[in-house]
Parts: sequence; C-alpha cells; structure tokens
Amino acid sequence: MENKNWISTPLRILIKKEIASHIRSWRFIILIALIVLTCCASLYVAFSDLRTTINNAQDPDSTFVYLKLLTNSDNSIPPMHVFLNFLAPLLGIALGFDAINSEQNGGTLTRLVSQPIYRDNLLLAKFIAPLCIVSILFASLIMLMIGIGMITMGITLEWQEVIRMIGFLGISIIYVGFWLSLAILLSIIFRQGATSALTAIGIWLFFTVFFPIVVNFVIRPFIPNPNYISESQYLAYHELILNLRRLSPSQLYTDATTSILMPSVRSLGPVSMEQMIGALPTPLSFKDSVMIIWPQLTGITAAMMLCFALAYFLFMRREIRC
Amino acid sequence: MNNPIIQLTDLTKCYGTKKAVHKLNLHIHAGEIFGLLGPNGAGKTTTILMMLGLTEPTSGTAMVCGYDATRNPLSVKKQVGYLPDNVGFYPDMTAFENLRFIALLNGLHEKEAELKARDLLQTVGLSASANNKTATFSRGMKQRLGLAEVLIKKPKIVILDEPTLGIDPRGVNEFLELIQKLSREQNLTVLMSSHHLHQVQRVCDRVGIFVDGKMMVEGAIDSLAQSLHIREGLKTTIQLANAVNYKVIERQLSTIEGFESLAFHDGKLTITSRKDITAQAVRTLVYQQADIIAVQRDGDSLDAIYSQYFEQSTLRKEKDGK
Repeated sequence: MENKNWISTPLRILIKKEIASHIRSWRFIILIALIVLTCCASLYVAFSDLRTTINNAQDPDSTFVYLKLLTNSDNSIPPMHVFLNFLAPLLGIALGFDAINSEQNGGTLTRLVSQPIYRDNLLLAKFIAPLCIVSILFASLIMLMIGIGMITMGITLEWQEVIRMIGFLGISIIYVGFWLSLAILLSIIFRQGATSALTAIGIWLFFTVFFPIVVNFVIRPFIPNPNYISESQYLAYHELILNLRRLSPSQLYTDATTSILMPSVRSLGPVSMEQMIGALPTPLSFKDSVMIIWPQLTGITAAMMLCFALAYFLFMRREIRC
Repeated sequence: MNNPIIQLTDLTKCYGTKKAVHKLNLHIHAGEIFGLLGPNGAGKTTTILMMLGLTEPTSGTAMVCGYDATRNPLSVKKQVGYLPDNVGFYPDMTAFENLRFIALLNGLHEKEAELKARDLLQTVGLSASANNKTATFSRGMKQRLGLAEVLIKKPKIVILDEPTLGIDPRGVNEFLELIQKLSREQNLTVLMSSHHLHQVQRVCDRVGIFVDGKMMVEGAIDSLAQSLHIREGLKTTIQLANAVNYKVIERQLSTIEGFESLAFHDGKLTITSRKDITAQAVRTLVYQQADIIAVQRDGDSLDAIYSQYFEQSTLRKEKDGK
C-alpha cells in the first residue's frame, strides 16, 4: 500500500491508455508494415552487396560490418538511415497530428480535464506514449537486424558498433520527437485533424524536398565565378550554403546519422587538401564522432523542445469547450 | 443550512466586450437538486466551467466544497463530478474500459476500480453492454455511462450540463428518476442545467432562471410563482363532448369557494380560481350531466414562469436591436 501513489500516478495511467489505443489502431499497423517493409528492403540490398564492401581494403569502415548493414547500398534503394530520414517524420506526424483535436471533437477532452489531473499530464502523455512506442519499434528493428546478421555471417559485434547503434537510435528518437511535438502543436492550433495532418505533411515536404532547392536557388546567383575568387572564399560560400541547409531538421539528422554510422567521416563540410595531408584514413572514436555532430544534436533537441514548449503554452491557457 | 457547498460571489466572465456571465451570486446547499434554467447561450456552461476551474473568471470567486475553484481546481475536481453536454467516450474502448480508465485517473486501485465500474454499470443499467465498444452506443446509453463515470469518483457534487438533451422521453424519465434516486440515497448535491422546464420541474428542489448572463430569479418553484404574481388566477380547462346549459353551470360553480370566473368557448370551459378547485368543478359538472373528455390544469407551472422571463429578455433584445 505504500507505493499506492506511485502506481496510480495519473501520468502513468494516461501513458498506458495512449499506448494501448495507439497499438490497437489501424493507423499504427499500417505504419509498422511500412517501416518493416522498407527496413527489409534496405537490409536485403545491404546484405547482397556486403561481401564486396567488406573486402574493400580502401574503405576504413570495412571492419564495422554491422554499421555497414545500416549504411551500405548499391544505390537501387537508399540505405536504412536515409530511409529513416523520410519515415521518421511520417511516424511522428501520424502519431501526433490528432492528439488534442480528436479528443476535443470526440467530447472526451472536457471529460478528461474535469478529472483531478494536471492538464500538462495529458500533453506529456500524448508526447511520451508515442515516443515509447517508436523507441521500442526502432530498438527491436535494429536488434533484429543484428540478430539476422549474426546468424548469417557469424561475425562478432564490436563494442564500438553497439555504442554507435545506440547513438543512432537516440538521434532517431529525438528526430521523431521533433516531428511529434510539431504535430501535437498543430493539433492544438487546428480543430480539424485533416488540416493539422496536411499542414504537418506540408512542413515535412518543404524541409525534405524543397528547402535544399530553395537555398541553392537563392544563394547561387550571389556566388561569383569560382575562377575569379580565392579558394578560401569559395569554401566560405560553400559553408554558407551548408549552414543554411542546416536550418532544416532533416539535414541535421542526415549529418548526425552519417557521422555516427560512418566512423571515418571526419568533417561534415568541405575539407581542403592541406587538412587532408597527414590525416590517417582511420575510423574516429565514438567520442570524436559525437564531437563533430554535437551542434546537430543540440539543434534537433532544441527544435523539439521549442515546439513542445509552444504546444504547452498554447494548451495550458486554452479554453476547453466543445 | 449554514454553509453552502457551492458559493458564487459576483462571478463575472467577459469574452471581449460580451458579458457571458454578469455578477452572478448563487448559493447551493448540500443535498439540494438545483436547476439552472436558461435559453441557449445564456452562460450556463460558462458558469459551470468556472465552478470547475476550467475557465478563469474575469472577476468574482467561485467557492466549491470550500475551495476556490480558480486557485485550487484539483481539489474541486476531486469532489465534483461533471457530465458535459456533449459527452464523448473513447470509441475503441468498451464501456467498462472507459469507466475503469476514469476510475484509475481518480486514484482508485486497479481491483477497486474494476469492482466499482461493474457495480456502477449495474446501477445505470448498462451491465449488458459493458463489453461493447462505446462507438456503438446510443445517445441515451452514453448519457447513462456518463452518469456512471461521474459517480465513480464518489463526488459530493454532481454537475450535469443539459443531461436530457437528445434522449427520447422515456429515456429522460428514467434518467431523471435515476438522478433523483441517487441524490437521495447518497446525499448528493446536484446542479443541473437545462432549457427543458418540465423535466427540471419534476426533480429540482430549487431553480434559478438565467438569462443573458444574469440570474433573473431564484428559489423554489412555488415561491417563484408567487414572486411573479401569476398566482392571480389558477386556470382549469375542461373539454366537454355535449352541449350544456352554460348559465346553470355558472350558477352551480360559483357556489364553490375560490371560484372567480368562467369562460365558455368551443365546447371548452375555462375556470379561473384563486385556489385549486378542479375536483369540485368536475363533480359539479358530472351532476349536471356534462360529458367530460379532458381536464387540464395550468397552474403555477414552471412553464409560465419561464416563458414570462424569456419573453422579457427577448423583448429587451428586440428593443436593443432597434
């Protein structure tokens, strides 16, 4: 009886209920099917091409077989980490776009807020429950993949790989968290589920497809002919374009996953010949890789927190009426 | 009768320049059934939301169970059960699961919650459909489930917002009888908002008529009638099938104590009297060989009170419009 308070914490109950209703929903089954299918496809391609990749002595990453499974591709299908760049937002949006407005339209929101619970518990549950599901989903997918790899290849897993995969998992979850909190924010702003879903998908498409094009389109005319400027100036322009593209969360995610899954990646920008001289083509340690992508990690986390804080602000002051 | 369980003092809520509730003062004592009557848009729901701390009043205070609803909504929500006018349930959960979920949110133990949920489903007569999903429920069933949910937290006060809306007449009767029975058994204080006079008249101890954000009048139904001076005459209409001697009947009736006047029109006798003389009048008519087919009493019904106030308010609005 002492832990009665702990058991009956409203947040726990809300999260439990959210997870249960997500898992039972058709939406979730479809999403899982989609993700499992794409993972299988990219894994199949990675496996089929694995022998040549591992035997490639030029590649400093060739010893990390399991990381190769996630990043290798014969270009017919993108590798898994690129796929996730597309699918993670979809997952976040699908699990969050009707978080608040469906409750409001169904008349359950008034009932919930008239229970003796803090209002933010509701919002937190709407955020934590999908993230729990997504973490379990991703973790089990990666573990399955490692398992399949072990059975077929019989190569032992290295600690370095385990840590990097956990890092990859963490980044992917934060990335989904960003889209999830954006979707929840939109579900508070818009009364109609369809409107908020469309807006969220619009933002996602803009950032993944149009944003790089727009940045190129806007900056290109201002870059002088490379023949007339010094190398350092040219590099500075390149850096500028890259930094502008990093305003998009999907670019941040790409940067982060690339360097965490490919230990030999030393820099995310252009590297000059002077810098390359003397550098040994060896993989970096996990800590060094994290150092490279630290700004990206902070960026995604900050974006997620910003969206959630805004959602929180709007929801707490909101009039609850049908 | 010293400490009112609900005490509203100068409660005011403005939306922009529109005053939804204007300086409302209301005391409700424990164990009472209070009917809050008013047309749509009179500010009934707003008042209820302020009592639950779901909406902040512009000025004034709402003390419920000794707590300030604005400052201490959680303590209020623990003691008050609220059934919103457009109650909704999670359609993918069964009635039992919906109920259990709310019970858990109110801090009940798992076992206790399940026991209580079964018990209450029995009370409201839904045990046969306990394991059906609420998506299949009719409006009346949802209202009854809503009542069960309100009761599961063992409230001291039950607030029902338009509880009879959209239920068929038989369902309304059953529902109101249930409320009355439960209120007597468990000494519940019930606050019911409605624009259906007849229903409220049957079960309420006291009513308040609420128009344009102002409490026009408040009190027991008979005292309301007195305050309105519509007790000037009690009307009894008797429909006759055959022709009778009007003069003779008038002479006979005038001997009854309390009789004032008689009108005859289209085979209908309308008797105006100071007190209820229906029984004597009918007996007299029968002796006079009159064939009575219908007797109707228009007394100090809520209808008269209600329409009088509503007409006043609509007249005022029309004037303002001009």
